[in-house]
Amino acid sequence: MEKGQNYLVGIFNDEDVLLKAVRQVREKGVKIFEVYTPFPVHGLEDELGYKKTRLPIAAFLFGLTGTILALTMQMWMLGVDWPMIIGGKDFVSLPPFIPVTFELTVLISAFGMVGTFMVVSDLKPYKDPNLFDKRSTDDKHVMAINLGNNSLASDDIKSILSDVGAEEVNETQR
Amino acid sequence: MQATSSLRESLVTGGKTVHDVTQDICSRVEDKPNKTWLGAMTLSLITLGIGAYAVFMLLWDGIGVWGLNKTVGWAWDITNFVWWVGIGHAGTLISAILLLFRQKWRMSINRAAEAMTIFAVICALMFPALHMGRLWLGFYWALPLPNTFGSLWVNFNSPLLWDVFAISTYFSVSLVFWYIGLIPDFATIRDRATNKVSKAVYGALSFGWDGAAKTWMRYESVALILAGLATPLVLSVHTIVSFDFATSVIPGWHTTIFPPYFVAGAIFSGFAMVLTLMIVTRKVYKLEDYITIYHIELMNIVITITGSIVGIAYITEFYMAWYSQVPAEGYAFLNRMAGPYSWAYWSMMTCNVISPQLFWIKKIRTSIAATFIISIIVNIGMWFERFVIIVTSLHRDYLPSSWAYFSATRYDVGVYLFTFGIFFTLFFLFAKFFPVINMAEVKSIIKTSSEKKD
Repeated sequence: MEKGQNYLVGIFNDEDVLLKAVRQVREKGVKIFEVYTPFPVHGLEDELGYKKTRLPIAAFLFGLTGTILALTMQMWMLGVDWPMIIGGKDFVSLPPFIPVTFELTVLISAFGMVGTFMVVSDLKPYKDPNLFDKRSTDDKHVMAINLGNNSLASDDIKSILSDVGAEEVNETQR
Repeated sequence: MQATSSLRESLVTGGKTVHDVTQDICSRVEDKPNKTWLGAMTLSLITLGIGAYAVFMLLWDGIGVWGLNKTVGWAWDITNFVWWVGIGHAGTLISAILLLFRQKWRMSINRAAEAMTIFAVICALMFPALHMGRLWLGFYWALPLPNTFGSLWVNFNSPLLWDVFAISTYFSVSLVFWYIGLIPDFATIRDRATNKVSKAVYGALSFGWDGAAKTWMRYESVALILAGLATPLVLSVHTIVSFDFATSVIPGWHTTIFPPYFVAGAIFSGFAMVLTLMIVTRKVYKLEDYITIYHIELMNIVITITGSIVGIAYITEFYMAWYSQVPAEGYAFLNRMAGPYSWAYWSMMTCNVISPQLFWIKKIRTSIAATFIISIIVNIGMWFERFVIIVTSLHRDYLPSSWAYFSATRYDVGVYLFTFGIFFTLFFLFAKFFPVINMAEVKSIIKTSSEKKD
């Protein structure tokens, strides 16, 4: 993010007002930088026009890695490296290998997906969240608009924000 | 967006606003610990200390200090292990399966229930670890690591090894699931923090969470997939635990009914433990508006259902013992009911089969005192269930000259107390320093205005 940009910050009290406001603001041609909410607001990502996250695909691929890893590991260890007759079964008998395969699939899928989520969302310890308004983790919804990216004048956007139901509109720099 | 019928009872009472949720939950973290908490913490640390002595003696002298003998080689250790793992199942059921079923009442109890899961699994892990005697060698016995025997690998055909993978996966996935849910709430505490220490600690724990719409979108997707992964995982864990018995050829263990029967029993005992803990937490932290009678009633209904499944499973086992016409099988079950351990069997039947049926009466299932008592009775009963399955099936084996009776020693009791110490110490620490209710989720079911999305 570039430093020293000017932002308009609209504070909203209710998630349904916010959803309407996001739509109306975008219809008027104002580009929204980001909306910060204290809890997940369903439908907000659609109103903001975000593309669906591809994390499910990542989860599937990590899971597939886990399956292949677990199967090859067991087959190689008990089938190739040190074959042993256990309970009269074949060296490589698939049914007893299924539980470990399933567990490793789940393990690697979960950790891989969560790790990807952390990386793409840039979540890490000691990161400064640099919030526009501290109330956004309490009870207010915060809509940030980067003035540098918008052609409309600051006062025009301010009046649009007030019209669509913002409780307060502040101007900040960061 | 989901439509909720206006006929449904409100899940959060007392006309709470979104800000009230923050205030009510965060103030428990911010306030100085009260006397009740300090007293409870002291008690659990004393328990932990007594237990630690038993664990030390166990490691010093070996498992000979337990009451095991040549015939009964498995008793309290595996009983306690299965009991704790079972208790853990309720947390995952509440947070994952109820999320998939869109049951919103899970929201005020899932945080504490998941914490309970994690702590219960830690307690469970103590038993397989400690019973090995030389637990520092356990890694080589349990994990496929290259070793000095020219890499003689672990036996992937053994249900005990499946257990290692199942329990460790279950523990780590539950931990991640729980932590992901905690991040937004840690951010709330961080932004309210006034002193330096809590600012730094919760700042680190919250991973720089800012609540951006894009992050929430990904967060919800991650939560949904983790729930989807945790659901078959939790069912697999107790299934594999039951395989420890079911794949053997001991009469009384060798039954195909075990996996569903164990899973139902696990959810049964887990919900009972959630209720025991939540009724106390709710009272001490004055959370009556978040965990309402309605929540307690719903949990009691789950207890009645799973308790009935367990009861039917007991009866089915008896029927199959007769229907199979295998003398050893028939004897194992008659011995259970009328043998030297019949006291354990009838305790189990009373606690597990009869007591949950009382919840058919609305007055009892909406009474806090009755729920609290029955929840403890159920957990006693579920402990006896595992004891009955394990010890009564072993103590009279194929050779009558080696028949024996198992009695617990004080070290059996001491190691069990040790896990209680761990469990309650961790739970009280959690209740003091972590938000006990998932604030972000509860906020999402509170309506701030009459405005409707068109």
